[in-house]
Amino acid sequence: MQSSIEERLTKKSKKAKLETFGKSLSFICIAFIVLVVISILYFVASKGIATFTQNGVSIGSFLGGTDWNPSGKGADGQPLVGALPMITGSFLVTFLSAIVATPFAIGAAVFMTEISPKMGKKILQPVIELLVGIPSVVYGFIGLTVVVPAVRNVFGGSGFGILAGTFVLFVMILPTVTSMTIDALNTVPRHYREASLALGATRWQTVYKVVLRSAIPGILTAVVFGMARAFGEALAVQMVIGNAALMPGNLVSPASTLTSILTMGMGNTVMGSLQNNVLWSLALILLVMSLVFNIMTRLIGKKGAMK
Amino acid sequence: MVENQVQDSHIIQLDKKEKKLALYTEDIHVYYGQNEAIKGVSLAFEKNKITSLIGPSGCGKSTYLRSLNRMNDEIANTKITGKIFYRDIDINAPEIDVYEMRKNIGMVFQRPNPFSKSIYENIAFPLKRHGLKDKAKLDEIVETSLKQAALWDQVKDDLHKSALALSGGQQQRLCIARAIAMEPDILLLDEPASALDPISTSKVEETLINLKEKYTIIIVTHNMQQAARISDYTAFFYMGNVIEYDQTRKIFTRPKIQQTEDYVSGHFG
Amino acid sequence: MNAKKADKIATGTLYAIAGVIVLILFSLLAFILVRGVPHISWNFLTNRSQTFKTGGGIGPQLFNSFYLLILTMLFSVPISLGAGIYLSEYAKKNWVTDLVRTAIEVLSSLPSIVVGLFGFLIFVIQMGWGFSIISGALALTLFNLPLLTRTVEDSLRAIPATQREAGLALGLSRWETVTKIVVPAALPGILTGVILAAGRVFGEAAALIYTAGQSAPALNFADWNPMHIASPLNPFRPAETLAVHIWKINGEGIMPDAAAVSAGASAVLIITVLLFNLLARYLGRVIYKKSTSA
Repeated sequence: MQSSIEERLTKKSKKAKLETFGKSLSFICIAFIVLVVISILYFVASKGIATFTQNGVSIGSFLGGTDWNPSGKGADGQPLVGALPMITGSFLVTFLSAIVATPFAIGAAVFMTEISPKMGKKILQPVIELLVGIPSVVYGFIGLTVVVPAVRNVFGGSGFGILAGTFVLFVMILPTVTSMTIDALNTVPRHYREASLALGATRWQTVYKVVLRSAIPGILTAVVFGMARAFGEALAVQMVIGNAALMPGNLVSPASTLTSILTMGMGNTVMGSLQNNVLWSLALILLVMSLVFNIMTRLIGKKGAMK
Repeated sequence: MVENQVQDSHIIQLDKKEKKLALYTEDIHVYYGQNEAIKGVSLAFEKNKITSLIGPSGCGKSTYLRSLNRMNDEIANTKITGKIFYRDIDINAPEIDVYEMRKNIGMVFQRPNPFSKSIYENIAFPLKRHGLKDKAKLDEIVETSLKQAALWDQVKDDLHKSALALSGGQQQRLCIARAIAMEPDILLLDEPASALDPISTSKVEETLINLKEKYTIIIVTHNMQQAARISDYTAFFYMGNVIEYDQTRKIFTRPKIQQTEDYVSGHFG
Repeated sequence: MNAKKADKIATGTLYAIAGVIVLILFSLLAFILVRGVPHISWNFLTNRSQTFKTGGGIGPQLFNSFYLLILTMLFSVPISLGAGIYLSEYAKKNWVTDLVRTAIEVLSSLPSIVVGLFGFLIFVIQMGWGFSIISGALALTLFNLPLLTRTVEDSLRAIPATQREAGLALGLSRWETVTKIVVPAALPGILTGVILAAGRVFGEAAALIYTAGQSAPALNFADWNPMHIASPLNPFRPAETLAVHIWKINGEGIMPDAAAVSAGASAVLIITVLLFNLLARYLGRVIYKKSTSA
């Protein structure tokens, strides 16, 4: 029954077979995820460019046109598929919400890391974590029932529009940007602060001139992450922006974003039609922008690392 | 034998024919990426003896020890060349089943690393994974190996408590018990007492001396008194080479090489 | 003097900012709970929704949300476990691994609506499964994988290498060492991550509107044969979830009590997500205590 030691040492044991099996199994899992990413990129891209390859729409008139009415045709007989209103809307809400959220996020992060870490950890940290956890439709619902009427009362109009979208997105991206900024501030070495304080600088001077300055790459990354989230957010924005595919004239008139038109339209069009293809082109813009944000954070990270 | 061009060396040759050897290596080189950590080491280890590997930090003693049961295989970018003979089989050959081999050549590490399981499971779990199902047999092995590691009396009533609740010295002796429960021929120990207090250290040393009746022990230590106290043979490593290998008492009383003398007398390292 | 004044003003401002953020969360929660909780009753939680009349409930939606959550976790946990194991235990440090990590990062940063549309294209249209539980669960799986994989990888990496050495030196294979020693030791971290992911999945709507669909056909809660069309377990029926329901009735709801139903449903959604969150924190704390006392 006992085989010789030589045989046992040189034969592939059960363990070796198990190892091959396990390694392959885990490899299949990771390969599956990579495959998913590749197919998402491929399918969305190939559907997205059909507008230009099959329906003959020029990229210029898609990206630069301001008239959106895919089932109608313009005076020149070309379909009205100008996506500029949605592109503008998306960028506007993204930038505005980031501009509002950044000071808040930096303030909260400085509070947590420099002013009162105890209170920060006990109160602010859980608050931020809970804010992350609130589903986006709930933000949308609150936006619809609180923010939109408030905007209507203060600024007039319907209340739907870029401003309401900005408010909602501000609250939505705030926790993400804040917690990433906290991480960035935490990586600033302790002795930077000590050196500055020892030189007689006040706490605020230390924070402002030393801590924040050396954390700039990290803070930028946090803001870009927040922007990526704002740009891709669909339902909460869709619920408060008004969904009018018009160039936004002001901040309180109904407007639209890429995601809002996509959400509204996809169910009402027939696969393969021009009306449907242009929606996929909108999705392609979303995908490309998400890649761009990704590359931006990488570049910032690299630059920060070089310093 | 590879010749050392730069340094003198004195390495006793043990007779390979007499079947008194547990293990011997021929011209072992270990590379971490571009860096050659072991530069051609050939040593023979006698059965049922304790052999110490000593030398200053970074001399390669641990690296050499870890290549004896091919634990270096698990580190990325590591290459080992040369031959390691165990029962006349070169276990450094690629076709060797490392899992089977490691059952015969066990290892205990610098820091105690019990599993976060019960004391009982720490010993029984690997046995079960190797196919031992018989509960009575498992109980018996747990008891005998804990007794051999001089731990049984302290833990026999707490066998199902977490091993992490034990003291550092007890954890290390549990790790020794876990290794000998596999019934290996050879036990490799990598500075097993370096993380322990003096009392635990002396308990571990006692355990090792008792174990050599059944096992061949090769131990890396940075503690020269320890090497002198417990080992039969000692090899002095320096910069990836073995400078001197001889009976322990000779190494510590009449070393043949000046560097060895400097080291054991505390002049450098 | 001047610098000191600036310091005081800045400190005051920072306190104010922190206060505003706390205030935002509390008013959000208060608003939802004050508006929503009075509307929650046994009938509300179990009744069918109504299209034209008042008094509709969220029974099927609530069931759908949990069913989808369970299926999603059933798909995504094993895959991310495998993927996380590969990344932490087997992946070599080279450009292929870098590429894999980039791919995972890309997937995690994709807007969920894009993932949902991909699911629509593949599962709903190509595979012909229509708007269904299975399409929704698969879309949510894709959405869930990157985050969960990262959690698994991080939790495994937190287990000291000495545990792996111990297993390997006893002649166990790396796979056994990982699955029987490292994964159990990392389980607390993995579990916390899984619960947090569950909260995220439970509240997700954008990835579902074009995969699981926006309608909740009547369910026969006496029929548990997954093959039957009215069976709650049938994976090929359309299934509007709670989150999608809130979005739907706020967009095109024509029932007179749409606002009250939304508030009630939002409250249920938030309470559930909060429970997930508390559970994860509680687990995290218990585990922290355990790991430091040992």
